[in-house]
Amino acid sequence: MASNTQEAAHGGGSAMPQLDFSTFGNQIFWLVVALVVIYLILSRVALPRIAAVLAERQGTITNDLAAAEDLKAKAVEAENAYNKALADARAEAQRIAAETRAEIQAGLDEAIAKADEQIAAKAAESEKAIAEIKAGALESVKAVANDTAEALVAALGGSADKDAIAKAVAERTKG
Amino acid sequence: MGKIFFYAALALVLASGLILAPEEAKLAIHPMDQFQVSALFGGDISWYTPTNVTAWMAAAVAAVFALLVLGSSRRAIVPGRAQSVAELAYGFIYKMVEDVAGKDGVKFFPYIMTLFMFIVMANFLGLIPGSFTTTSHIAVTAVLAALVFVTVTVVGFVKNGVGFLGLFWVSSAPLALRPILAIIELISYFVRPVSHSIRLAGNVMAGHAVLKVFAGFAAALGMFSFLPIFAITAVYALEVLVAFIQAYVFTILTCVYLKDALHPSH
Amino acid sequence: MEGDIAQLGQFVGAGLAAIGSGAAAIGVGHVAGNFLAGALRNPSAAAGQTATLFIGIAFAEALGIFSFLVALLLMFAV
Repeated sequence: MASNTQEAAHGGGSAMPQLDFSTFGNQIFWLVVALVVIYLILSRVALPRIAAVLAERQGTITNDLAAAEDLKAKAVEAENAYNKALADARAEAQRIAAETRAEIQAGLDEAIAKADEQIAAKAAESEKAIAEIKAGALESVKAVANDTAEALVAALGGSADKDAIAKAVAERTKG
Repeated sequence: MGKIFFYAALALVLASGLILAPEEAKLAIHPMDQFQVSALFGGDISWYTPTNVTAWMAAAVAAVFALLVLGSSRRAIVPGRAQSVAELAYGFIYKMVEDVAGKDGVKFFPYIMTLFMFIVMANFLGLIPGSFTTTSHIAVTAVLAALVFVTVTVVGFVKNGVGFLGLFWVSSAPLALRPILAIIELISYFVRPVSHSIRLAGNVMAGHAVLKVFAGFAAALGMFSFLPIFAITAVYALEVLVAFIQAYVFTILTCVYLKDALHPSH
Repeated sequence: MEGDIAQLGQFVGAGLAAIGSGAAAIGVGHVAGNFLAGALRNPSAAAGQTATLFIGIAFAEALGIFSFLVALLLMFAV
């Protein structure tokens, strides 16, 4: 190290190449060449290209966003239409169901009325027959009672007045 | 896994230190030799001779070309790796110019991008072992700083005319102080290119010299050479950081000076 | 003999100049530490000020680099 420094001290700046002025011209010349070349590369090719790529990307992103917005609006529209159609269909279905129900109800009512009528007719008929039978039975009972009373009176040794017996029987059988 | 690898490497270093220990370990450190400018094909160095400066500047130009032109050649909407880095660099510098120098500074963007790309590529290429670092030379950084200085001064006068001198006349200060402040501002204005250039060259030179000094220790210490090798690793990591930060600082200071030229009012 | 004394002066001077690098380290530490203190108080404003941080660090470090350069000049160029 010492010898190196001594060499420097006597050799005059050769130990620190930064201060060797004989190479300055060379370095500056090549530096300027390099800077000019880089400047030309950058300003002619690289920077416009990168700026274009960035702008293109920005444009693509903006376009895509707009397209997405469009699609979203369309989707909302389609959903609305779907919902509307659904509601319409539901209303139609309800209307048809109600109509059918009313129709069926009407038929049913008619049938019930007819059946009621028939039933009423049959019931009246039966009642009449029953009343007739009842009346018939009552008459028979009266006749049997008259006969029985006459026979009883005769057996007891009286002569029965037919009219009185009939009257008495009628009175007794009333309740 | 990493631990096993680590211990294996350590053992290897120790063993090689024992076996390959130099017969007479000499502390021979020449930290400045790496900055030597030499002609590629021999002979004297005149201003046009192809030297290692030429070679490494050409490498920097090629790296810039590869990253920004070849990297973006596919013009993909969804960028690949190289294109991402190119766009990142573009956006980084563009935003810096816009934020620091203002909207009207954007027309200087290609110029500032040129400076940044050259410095950052030269710095990173200089970190390749055995390479030559062009930005470690004051001649190079002084030209870069002088370009900025001249540009800023010319732009300032063209844009604002004599009003550019308002930069030195601090109107917010008391009247009695203003001439003194004007002198200080004037001096600091002319010191700018000096600090601008020496900051870059000094940082790069210092880092590389430190690496070389530690390398000299490693050569001299024999089996204990792993200590300086670890130190070299740490310093190298720091240098990678410095390589980027110094390019960033050079660029952002250019933007700050440009802002002064475009809007000189304090 | 005379040359040896001159060399001694060179080395001592270079060592003294290198102290400036340590001073610059203190400056850089101040900048970064104060930035961190401010950033922790108001983290939302920190992101916008990193550029200022780097400018401050650069200015502080430049002066340390000057002293390093003086040391180098004394060692190799004088």
